[in-house]
Parts: sequence; C-alpha cells; structure tokens
Amino acid sequence: MSDLFIHNARLLDPAAGLDAPGALLVLDGRIADAGDITAPEGIPTLDGAGAVLCPGLVDLRARLGEPGFEYRETIASAALAAAAGGITTLCALPDSAPAIDDPALVHLLRARGEQTRALSLHPYGALTRACRGDDMAELFLLHEAGAVAFTDGGRATANANLLRRALAYAKSFGARIVQFPQEPSLAAGGCATEGELATRLGLPSIPAAAESIQVARDIALAQLTGGALHFSCVSTAASLDLIRAAKRAGIDVTADTAPPYFDLNETAIGDYRSFAKLSPPLRAECDRQAVVAALADGTIDAIVSDHTPLDADDKRLPFAQAGAGGTGLATLLGVTLAQFHGGHLTLRQAISLLTDQPARLMKLPGGTLARGSAADLLLFHPDRIWQVQAGKLAGKSQNTPFDGRALEGTVLATFKAGRRVFG
Amino acid sequence: MAHARHLLAIEGMHPPEITQLLDLAEAYALLNRSGKTQRDALRGKTLINLFFEDSTRTRTSFELAGKRLGADVINMSVSASSVNKGETLLDTATTLNAMNCDLLVVRHDQSGAPALLAQKVDACVINAGDGTHEHPTQALLDALTIRRHKGSLEQLTIAICGDIAHSRVARSNILLLATLGARVRLIGPPTLIPAGIEALGVQVFHSMEQGLPGTDIVMMLRLQKERMSRGLVPSAREYFRRYGLDHARLARANPGALVMHPGPMNRGVEIDSAVADDPAISLIREQVEMGVAVRMAVLDTLARTHTRNV
Repeated sequence: MSDLFIHNARLLDPAAGLDAPGALLVLDGRIADAGDITAPEGIPTLDGAGAVLCPGLVDLRARLGEPGFEYRETIASAALAAAAGGITTLCALPDSAPAIDDPALVHLLRARGEQTRALSLHPYGALTRACRGDDMAELFLLHEAGAVAFTDGGRATANANLLRRALAYAKSFGARIVQFPQEPSLAAGGCATEGELATRLGLPSIPAAAESIQVARDIALAQLTGGALHFSCVSTAASLDLIRAAKRAGIDVTADTAPPYFDLNETAIGDYRSFAKLSPPLRAECDRQAVVAALADGTIDAIVSDHTPLDADDKRLPFAQAGAGGTGLATLLGVTLAQFHGGHLTLRQAISLLTDQPARLMKLPGGTLARGSAADLLLFHPDRIWQVQAGKLAGKSQNTPFDGRALEGTVLATFKAGRRVFG
Repeated sequence: MAHARHLLAIEGMHPPEITQLLDLAEAYALLNRSGKTQRDALRGKTLINLFFEDSTRTRTSFELAGKRLGADVINMSVSASSVNKGETLLDTATTLNAMNCDLLVVRHDQSGAPALLAQKVDACVINAGDGTHEHPTQALLDALTIRRHKGSLEQLTIAICGDIAHSRVARSNILLLATLGARVRLIGPPTLIPAGIEALGVQVFHSMEQGLPGTDIVMMLRLQKERMSRGLVPSAREYFRRYGLDHARLARANPGALVMHPGPMNRGVEIDSAVADDPAISLIREQVEMGVAVRMAVLDTLARTHTRNV
C-alpha cells in the first residue's frame, strides 16, 4: 500500500479549521499525521513547493455516460477527468440508461468505481422507477445497496403527493431526497431563461420562476413531512431567498449550485452557442450575483460539477435541438477559485464548499485531512494560470461552457488512498 | 450589409445599409413594372432555395428574384420528417459546398439554423425565416412598401398586431422599423407577447381599442391554429372578437391608415376580408410585389460582395 510524505505544503483542512504550512504523512493509504512533522526513514517524499494540500474534492453531481451513453463518457474516462480536476469522491446521477433503480445496478456502479482505483463512486438511487416520475423506486433496497440519496436526476418531481411520500418514507431510514427544481409544465420545451435575450434570439424560454415555484412547493413538503430535501443546481435569487428562509425556520433543506451559475450569465448563449446550453438554463446577471452571495453566506452548502458529457453530434445542432449540459470535472476547482480571486469567498470557504461540506451533507467519507481517514488528497497551486480549451481537457466529451476561459488555480497532483492518480 | 457576407438578421444592421438596400429594391421594383429588368447581374451564379419548412410564397419570391437576375435557381425542399434532428443540416452544408453554390436561401423551423449553416458553407446565406427568430427580407419588403406610400418611416406610428411571441416577422420588423425612426407598437393578448420585448423599444398594448388610435400603419400577423390547441388563445372567434381587424376597428387608427399582412391570411381570424381586399387601404398585394424587388436587391448586393471577396 501507499506510503508518502508531502512536505513544504500549505495544509488546508476546512473541517478542522487548519490552514498552515506543514507536512502530511500517508501510511498504508491513510493519513497518519499532519502538521509540523518530519519525514520518517524510508518513505518516499514529495516537495509541495508551497502549494495548497487539501482533501480531494467531493462532487455531488455528475453524469458518467455509463451505463447507456458510453460514447459520451465511461466510468474510466470520467475517473481520468475527475483526477485531473482534483476530485476523488463523486456521486453519479441515476438517470442513465438503464436508470439506477435496482440494487444490483448500485452494486455494479460501486464496483466499477473501485476498479478505477482513482475514484470513490457513490451512485444515487432513482427516486422513481426508470426516473420516469411515476412510481416510487425501491428506496430502502437501493439505500441498503449503497445509494447515497435519491433523485430523478435532471427531472423534477412533478407529482406533489409522490414527493411527499418519498420524503416521509426516506426519512424513516435517514436518507435525503435530491430535487432538480424546475416546475415541469412551465419548463416544457424551453431552452433559455425567459427575458429579452431569449426573445431576441427567438428561443423557447422558461421563466426563472419555474425554479422558485418548485423550490417553494418542495420546501412546504419538507416541512410537512420532516424529511430531508436537497436542491441541486440552484440558480435564481428567488429560490435562494426561499432556501435561506427555510433554513432559518429549521426545515431540513440544503442546496448546491454548479460553476456556470456563479461564473456565467445568459449572455454566454448569444449567437446560439450550444456549448452554453445548460439545464437549468443560464440566468440573468442579477441571479448570478445572488448565487455568489449565497455561496458566501452559507445558503448554498456545496458546489457540484453537474458534469454532463455530450459529444459533438449532440451539440452541433440548432440551439433548441442541441443537448443541454456541460462537462465540469476538470474545471470545477479553477472556476470555483475565481470566486476566491474575485474576493467573494475566502480560500477556506471555497475549498470547504468542495470538500467537507458536501461530504457531511451526504454522509460520505472524505473531505477531511483527519488522521486515520483515507489519503484522498489534492495538491494545487492557487494562482497558477491555465486556459480551458475544449478538445484538450481530460475526459471523453469536450462540451465545456468555459472554452477559452483563463483560470487561476492549477491542480498539481491528485492522490487516491495515497496513490498518485494525477500529476 | 454592404460588407457583410450573409443576411441572417436585421439585428446589427445600420440605417445606411438598410437604406442602400431599399433604394436598390425601389429601382428593381420600377424595372420589374416596366418589364425591363436586366437579366445578367447573377449570370453564372447558382442560387439554391433550401427549405426545411414549407413556404410556397417566400420560395417563389426568391426563385423569381433569382431568375430575373439571371441566376441558375434550384429548389431543395427537405421535409421535416426526413430530417433526423439537425444532423443533416451540417451534412447538407458539405453537399452544398461540393456543388459550388453561390447564394443559399434558407428557411428552417429552428431559430439560429441559418446562422449555424453560415458557419459551414462557402455560399452567401440569406435567412428566409428561422423559427421564431427573424425573417429579414420580409421586414425589408415591409419597410419598402411603407416608404413608397408614406415617403419615409420617420415619425410614423406602426402597430404590429397579434401573435408576436411566435412571429419572426414581428421581430425583424420591430428592429428594422425602429432603426429607421418609426414608433412601433405591439398589440396582442398577454399570452402572445414575449417577455422583455419592451427592451427593443416598443410600446405594448393588450387591446386594439387602446393601441390603434394614432397609428399610421396597422400590420396584422397570422394566428396559427395550434395556438388555440396549446391554450394560448381560447378560440378563433374569441380572438377575432378582441383582436380581429375590421373596418370599425380600423376607424380608430389615423385617417388614411394603411393595412398590411405578411400572409398567408386567416380570414375571419385576424383580419376581415372586407379590410384585406379593400384596395384603398390594403397594401397586402403590393407587399408581395415588393418582396420580389427586395430579394433581387439582397441577392444582387450579396453576390457582388461575395465575388469581390473571392
């Protein structure tokens, strides 16, 4: 097993409140010691050269392409992209083909993840059979098999009664429901946020209120049932206000967002740029600013990649027909750090949103430098610049909405259980 | 457009480019009437009408314009059912490049499809209507028709009435008429007025009674039957009751107000036949005539630019 001594690093462990120069010792794939320590005899050493050493990133939302869309991404290619992005723990959405609505599929995905030796893969279980939104899946059996939580992925639960029952039922074994908040009847057929730009481009649009309407209803259901509810890819000011108020009222709701929603606004789709076609669609600038504020004030608990691999044929289409979604594994850290460099988040806040906060939210191991935990580590240079170039990113699909973006913050090395998997 | 290679949208065009096109179109209109059109401006050029959506009128208008200028005109109709989403769009571009097409007229039901094609083909692309985005030659022919009757568009008040939300004609007209100095009003039910349209500099009304007083031109839009089935309008008769144009309603507009319609009309839904067929107030027939002249001007201008660039 892996032994390693990394010295001359800036140790950053948000969960422990640690941010200090020091060294870290890995023995047998686990963190044995950290701080002002010296190297034991006979252990391979690595000079951190003053770079930041933090827990490997924990990504709560990614699509893997496997099973069903292996031409877009496989678990193996996603593991490479994740390692390049500093991600060592990843939760996979269940709306694959077939959907992850059977315990055997959960077992299979977990095993496939272990085979990569680079990634802890935690599948979500489908909330409903085939993620169709009709009949509740076997939530407890999926939970027993290791499903991290339940969701229908990119499909919001339209049926209020179904969600009510799922929240109440999942609560009995302490599981969380993850909702993609977009009221389906308002969103039907839309591909851009309603407003001047969508009107100018003549694109079928979705009002921003489609998100907050779903959030408002579902908060009421969480309150009614006492269940645990998580909103994913939250992107509007109105939704964030509702979530903020619900948290204050003691309702068990949490939220994540993805880098496009705090780094880009709807103008990115100008000239029908299908790489910027995402779901939910990019929002107005005032909503983007609200997302930034919610990252800083704790309303948003985690930043997720929302990695959605699509190939060129999915994207080289008229805008409304093109597939929605962007890759996000390789750019998760760099785009998040832009908020640190822009002065909106401290480095500790930024890393916490990518490590211990998501881990705690889904009760996952990882996201910590605590002694005894697996040595899932990320070594990165917070200031070193690189440019995102579609076509040259790790992973199979190249549909990044950040093509051409210069990012400050470069992954130097990623370690899984002490083994170097990138850099 | 004098220096642009394609005509994809009115958005981004400047008044001098538009005026130049209208002046040339006006000259072609006179020549067309006299039957003395020179037939060699596009000699040796290939014009392909690529229609992914049925439109007899627009296709015929472009065909006639191309032939009057001496181009070799080919019509390609691609039925929606044979299109496997947009994949064939870029395949088509490859095919067209191999055919050395000079001018490509594209009609597509998806907003932005001509722009996507324009990135891939060597030909000059003319947008003949894309989804609910733009229909630039329609706006140009409307402006020319108005100019011939009112002298100038400046200070005119023009009402565009009906299904603005699904109308590429409305978007192109709003941009073009405002650029040329007209005051544009939109009149229609709230369900058919798109969000944020006020940002384009228009005034929005939800009743004909409030919107028509003070207008010099009343432009009616076609209401498609599927709007009723999708619950945007309860019924055709209710729509006509509130938004249909008849003589009584038209009397609220300025004296001498003229009526336009891009066609095809739904008689008795958005417009009363007595108005549509009244030669004293209806410009509908002339719009069709100016359509050919405007398309000749566009084809001529783009072909000259393209030749220079090669």
